Amino acid sequence: MIFDIIPSTLRMTTPIGYATLGGIYSERSGIINLALEGMMLMGAYGYVIGAHTSGSAWIGLTVGISLGIVLSLLHAVATISFHAEQIVTGIAINILALGITEYLIPSTDRVPGLPDITLPLIGSFSILVYFLPILMIISHIFIYKTPWGLRLRAAGESTEALKTLSLSREKWQYFGVILSGVFAGLGGCFLVSDVHIFTKGIIGGRGYVALAAVIFGNWRPLYGVSACLFFGFASSLDLIDLGNIPDQFLKIIPYLLTMVVLAGLVGRSRPPAALGKMKS
Amino acid sequence: MPPVLAICGFFLLCGIVLILRGQNAFEFYKTIFLSGFSNFDEFASVLFNATPLIFTGLAVAIGYKAGLFNIGCEGQLYVAAFAAAWVGIHVNLPSVLMIPLCICAALLAGAIWGGIPGIIKAKFGAHEVINTIMMNFIALAITNFLVTSVYREPSQMIPQTSQIAESAHLPRLAGMFYLIPASNLLNASFIIACICVIFCYIFFKHTRWGYELRLVGNAPNVAEYGGINPRIVTVWVMALSGAIAGLAGVADVMGYRYRFADSFSSGWGFTGIAVALLGRNHPFGVFAAALLFGLLNKVALDIELFLNVPRGLFLVGQGLLIIWLVSQEGFTKRKT
Repeated sequence: MIFDIIPSTLRMTTPIGYATLGGIYSERSGIINLALEGMMLMGAYGYVIGAHTSGSAWIGLTVGISLGIVLSLLHAVATISFHAEQIVTGIAINILALGITEYLIPSTDRVPGLPDITLPLIGSFSILVYFLPILMIISHIFIYKTPWGLRLRAAGESTEALKTLSLSREKWQYFGVILSGVFAGLGGCFLVSDVHIFTKGIIGGRGYVALAAVIFGNWRPLYGVSACLFFGFASSLDLIDLGNIPDQFLKIIPYLLTMVVLAGLVGRSRPPAALGKMKS
Repeated sequence: MPPVLAICGFFLLCGIVLILRGQNAFEFYKTIFLSGFSNFDEFASVLFNATPLIFTGLAVAIGYKAGLFNIGCEGQLYVAAFAAAWVGIHVNLPSVLMIPLCICAALLAGAIWGGIPGIIKAKFGAHEVINTIMMNFIALAITNFLVTSVYREPSQMIPQTSQIAESAHLPRLAGMFYLIPASNLLNASFIIACICVIFCYIFFKHTRWGYELRLVGNAPNVAEYGGINPRIVTVWVMALSGAIAGLAGVADVMGYRYRFADSFSSGWGFTGIAVALLGRNHPFGVFAAALLFGLLNKVALDIELFLNVPRGLFLVGQGLLIIWLVSQEGFTKRKT
């Protein structure tokens, strides 16, 4: 039984983990990103198109990430260059992504998945599962231990700080938002690569769960991915017989916890000070 | 004028996409026009499709005017629809009492669901956007649980409740206007929507509460200085917004399906954001924008069937339209 839960938890954690890292980069630079759901969907869609037409999972991955970047660029241009309302733009991008995937429904044949690596006793997983902790640690080091990370955080904490150093806040925001497209796209790619098939509802709200994990993890990579691990575990609990707890109640755990944390009832989550602000 | 320009741009874009696909763009425009306006039957169907969007559009607009984003219309309309259906199934009274009772249940459920994020914001300062999104998922999960496990109609494959009492059905308008054929689905929920539009117009313009709401939205500091408590305004605005969003659920349960069906809404709560934006948050503007989206929803099926144009085209157009509008708005604000 426990041997079912660990693999399932890892599979559930990986896609939201990537999207969470993406969300952290974007929000740390001060840009609210509600478009994670759409970017994941584009990643999944790109993967299936790339992998289907070329027969190679790697080309699928490249196309998936590229489409994630395209959507993130749209978000970046609208919010950073035109100062568009970030929340509305994010929602619009999700609608847009949904429309695009309906527009060209890819063939329903199975597509190749990314190579697996086998772990003794637990099972074999896509390499993307192993990349997540690596990228999480790299992100942590990048954000907290390098001058670039400091600048990224400065962009999110103050509208003026970078300007006083004659650095461009907008440049760092573009960087943050585009990285969110890369990571969310990766999350979407993993989902398709794992089940070898694309369906319209494949993301199923995972982009919003990632958003919850960003907040729950206090905008920090290590905490954020840990939150995903917890959410992934919660949604794997339906594998064991818990008596009469319906599966829907397990599903709402991440959402309820996020509300509780946001309200400051348990711990305090503090968003970047200039999140969503374009002018001082 | 930007909304009109954006709409023209939207139709132009659709035409270009069709030409690129090697299809006849003229045929596409003709189908849209004929499918929406060729006779009263078609036009009444447009109004039917627009009804839930009028409610969600107004709900978003009310929040927006007070500087609040209600992204939770989808969840609010689900709980409201379930409340209306629950009362409709368990109570049996004459129509005169039954219809108001069901509507009140829905209004209350919507107000609670919208009010909770409002209270959390007022009390703890947590942003309403995240909370309304979370509440959407909670509403979907709870109603899904109720309709699949507790109130599911036996002997049915699809998860849905049994029918509500006949006395809770909103009358079809076909009987009242002889121009509309009896098969048409347009019902009294459209009249309720029109009343809401007028209510919102008067409310914003001519009442003290409407003034408070606008002041909190435009200049919270001034409002506070003038003795208005923005926290209290936040709570009741979110509750009012949720209640009106809930009426979109009423339109479906009491006006169309006569039962609660799992995942019945086709993203009305999110389309409401586009409707409010396009209508510039003005009640009459929202009405007009809802008609446009109602038309698009209606013709999407026709163009898919007759012209082999995927309905996703309209979703893409809708997304681009919203981004265009907010970018333009942000750009003008930036310059000043």
